Amino acid sequence: MSIMEYNGGSVIAMVGKDCVAIASDLRLGNQALGISSNFQKIFPVTDRIYLGLPGLATDVTTLRELFRYRVNMYTIKEERDIEPETFAHLVSSTLYERRFGPFFIEPVMAGMSKTPSGGYKPFIAATDLIGCLNFAKDFVVAGTASSKLYGVAEGLWEPDLEPEDLFETISQTMLNAVDRDAYSGWGVIVHVMTKDKVITRTLKGRMD
Amino acid sequence: MPDMVSLDRAGPQQRQFNPYSDNGGTILAIAGADFSVIAGDTRQSEGYNIQTRYAPKVFKLTDKAVLAVNGFAADGNMFVKRVRQRLEWYRHAHAKDMPLRAIARLIQTMLYGRRFFPYYVYNILGGIEEDGSGAVYSFDPVGSYERESCRAAGAAQSLVQPFLDNQIYFKNQTAAPGTTHPKHLPLQEVLSLVIDSFTSATERHIEASVGDGLEMYVVLARGSQLQGLENVPNVQEMTTTSDGERIFIIRRELKKD
Amino acid sequence: MAATSVYSSPGFDFSNQLRNNFLTEKGLPLPKATSTGTTIVGCLFEDGIILGADTRATEGPIVADKNCEKIHYITESIRCCGAGTAADTEFVTNFISSNMEMLALTHGRKPRVVTAMTMLKQYLFRYQGHVGAALVLGGVDATGPNLFTIHPHGSTDKLPYVTMGSGSLAAMAVFESGWKANMSREDALQLVKDAISAGIFNDLGSGSNVDACIITANHTEMLRNVEMPNQRVQKEKTYVFRRGTTAWKKENIRDLIVSEDVTPVGTEAMDTS
Repeated sequence: MSIMEYNGGSVIAMVGKDCVAIASDLRLGNQALGISSNFQKIFPVTDRIYLGLPGLATDVTTLRELFRYRVNMYTIKEERDIEPETFAHLVSSTLYERRFGPFFIEPVMAGMSKTPSGGYKPFIAATDLIGCLNFAKDFVVAGTASSKLYGVAEGLWEPDLEPEDLFETISQTMLNAVDRDAYSGWGVIVHVMTKDKVITRTLKGRMD
Repeated sequence: MPDMVSLDRAGPQQRQFNPYSDNGGTILAIAGADFSVIAGDTRQSEGYNIQTRYAPKVFKLTDKAVLAVNGFAADGNMFVKRVRQRLEWYRHAHAKDMPLRAIARLIQTMLYGRRFFPYYVYNILGGIEEDGSGAVYSFDPVGSYERESCRAAGAAQSLVQPFLDNQIYFKNQTAAPGTTHPKHLPLQEVLSLVIDSFTSATERHIEASVGDGLEMYVVLARGSQLQGLENVPNVQEMTTTSDGERIFIIRRELKKD
Repeated sequence: MAATSVYSSPGFDFSNQLRNNFLTEKGLPLPKATSTGTTIVGCLFEDGIILGADTRATEGPIVADKNCEKIHYITESIRCCGAGTAADTEFVTNFISSNMEMLALTHGRKPRVVTAMTMLKQYLFRYQGHVGAALVLGGVDATGPNLFTIHPHGSTDKLPYVTMGSGSLAAMAVFESGWKANMSREDALQLVKDAISAGIFNDLGSGSNVDACIITANHTEMLRNVEMPNQRVQKEKTYVFRRGTTAWKKENIRDLIVSEDVTPVGTEAMDTS
């Protein structure tokens, strides 16, 4: 067993038409034993960035606080919100700093980034546990159900989905992937972000 | 002589030969109301090397039974050879083809017979049952088996199976008000899902299904219509007897990277 | 600890090592990082260097990124292909690129390829192979075209045509049969494309598209995705779900538009005189 399977958990992010979505399961486990069915892994970083942290639970908490601190320092120094692209590089260098003693987390980010014309453009990214960035145009996945998520997402994802359709696609991807993973599941939470609002829904699914 | 000294001091030594290897690939079978589809890619690999771009993993056993084998290719080929031999003996003794459920039980006993030196192979048997229904049986390497209506196995199993759960069994989908999900899908729909499963797996898995060619066998129950099969490109009939089940093969190209 | 202080010290942070070593001793192996199975190549031609790379990044047997960039920027006329641990190739090339820029600023002239090569090999040697970057470094400077390979432990080679990564044998087979001294730009580019394609099609660790970079004395041309032989075919079905397919228990809508209503209290305007 790998340390990534110690507490379990999975996250996925997808791009739609002028919107993004990020979803995670809600399980916290101690290997095969379920501990909590309300363990949040996705955190808002700014109004328009959500960060998913699947992996070792102790590092979920540590990194959440570390990023909160570093983003606050950035906001104070720059007197503006951090942009998703900048934040992705902050995540990457924070993780690479621990190249030889990593945090056991594979972060997934979703957000809306400002365009020069004043509009917003969807943004997703993921890194591995030592901070290698992956900017995908369609979807990114991480966690114990990653191979299942890749398979289902590759089948179900389509370009230019409207927010409500993106919600259905990401929800179905997540639910069906975690149902085949012993270490993920016990509820799913989905955030769909558009330029002016974030819809958060807790899904009804199998709880076994 | 320093090396002789070290030999004296050394503890017990063990040498081992590993007779197995993993040759990648993915197989998949789906049962319909009166048909079965059994598919597999044609790539055979070891490590990062492609051994061949055309090594079939799906084999016709009789006019109503098709066997897909995945895992260690040498064991798979030998196993199919022995199953075919047993089916021929059955034909000589009983003057008819062995029924599908009997083939399934035969495969179980053959696999369990090698319980302590197993065939390193995952089997999926598809075909038509005696009552004319489509059936899929899936096996583990030592013979535990089950009848299902859909199953993926091999390198990309974890990518394909949850997708099939969603699209075949309609898992996690609530039906539109006043409707129910169909119990069986039509043939055209099933073929589309099989192709999309393999192209998806090809995108994301390096060895698995990934690639080269796709072979899909379709077994139709006795007297059932072609259901649009005549319009599918690259379809070829493989039936050997008349007025029984009919069997077809459809070949497709997959990505080669 | 770095996190408690406002200023973090430069270099790597080893504060998780004790914990992670304990976990490893308990039999929990380190999870695998994204690695680039990779085919990367470089070759000399009549007026410069051509570098080539595939675009697949893998995590075990799974493709993590179908179209990543493996030709990294060092300076305008020096580029570097990376294979091995993806994060290491990314950061090591970035780091050397910064130092090369500093050097250019300090001395007021273009630094040489050997300088980048020396900085890379000394950095990699210091980490004894633990920084898992296998590189093909190429560029044109005051001394002419230069091409090197740098291995993760810090050893280097200077050759007219080189390949690295899991597809290096497939690519080298193409170079060995097709490379000639003083090739034309077109012929050299075709040879590089063929070498990368050999890796893409015959090595499972390499795949997707071909990237190339042509460096000459006064111009660098980055050819991103010069060849895309592995585009996904049209899917047989569309998979848009009926809205309402997914059942949910709870909903919360967070409005990001802040709207304020100003209600004047009192009838008279404030006396601002």
